[in-house]
Amino acid sequence: MQWAVFTVLALAAVVSAVGLVVRANPLHGALYLVTNLFCVAVLYLLLGAEFLALAQVIIYAGAIMVLFIFAIMLLIPGRAETGPDPLARARRWALPVAAVLGVAVVLVAGGTGRPPAAAPPGGVEAIGRLLFTTYLFPFEVTSVLLLAALVGALALAKRRVGP
Amino acid sequence: MVPPAYYVALSAIVFTVGVVGVLVRRNPLVIFMSIELMLNAANLAFVAFGRAHGVADGQVIVFFVMTVAAAEVAVGLAIIVAIFRTRYRIDVDDLSLMRW
Repeated sequence: MQWAVFTVLALAAVVSAVGLVVRANPLHGALYLVTNLFCVAVLYLLLGAEFLALAQVIIYAGAIMVLFIFAIMLLIPGRAETGPDPLARARRWALPVAAVLGVAVVLVAGGTGRPPAAAPPGGVEAIGRLLFTTYLFPFEVTSVLLLAALVGALALAKRRVGP
Repeated sequence: MVPPAYYVALSAIVFTVGVVGVLVRRNPLVIFMSIELMLNAANLAFVAFGRAHGVADGQVIVFFVMTVAAAEVAVGLAIIVAIFRTRYRIDVDDLSLMRW
């Protein structure tokens, strides 16, 4: 049963990732990315990380993708990737380089054959305990990072008035 | 139980597709979404490795990566909107102003 679910989800994740890269319309790409994020959320559930699955749906598929679609709607209307490609000569190398990288990464990943240990606690309690003991300092730094991003986004998006 | 190595291999494939997206596409928004795809694949690898070792630390790292991704998207989209508000074509190869 787990194998069947994993196979279907893995296929859906790869197909949606390819769809994001292939489709010319970025709005279609965004929908493919949402599909991919949902597939990964269910894979988190299979791995026993319930909290992350929920956070994935709420943060990524909810907040971040809404931001993306907002930006696409604001910027795109029909002016995407038109005209001749000024870097066509360099871009020919993209697929071979990526193929070499892909083979290398999959080989390295396949070398990590290791029998799964006992399931770690995936609930909110275990993650919260780790977050506020071992990882307390990174957690605090994260709040500073979010504040910096907030201020930076405001400063960048502000419309300049006057000279 | 599917062995964690399969999850890591899946994340490697999705990561490579994200790399192809960054290399091939010219639209900055699609490139940005490809970067999100790569971050997501790395997250999956983190959770799979945490599962393989039987600890929850990998999930905490993913939590941090999600926070960084959210901050990155906010700032990055603000930069893209600020740059392309005044331009007609939306194409990263046009932005050669700071090239050596």
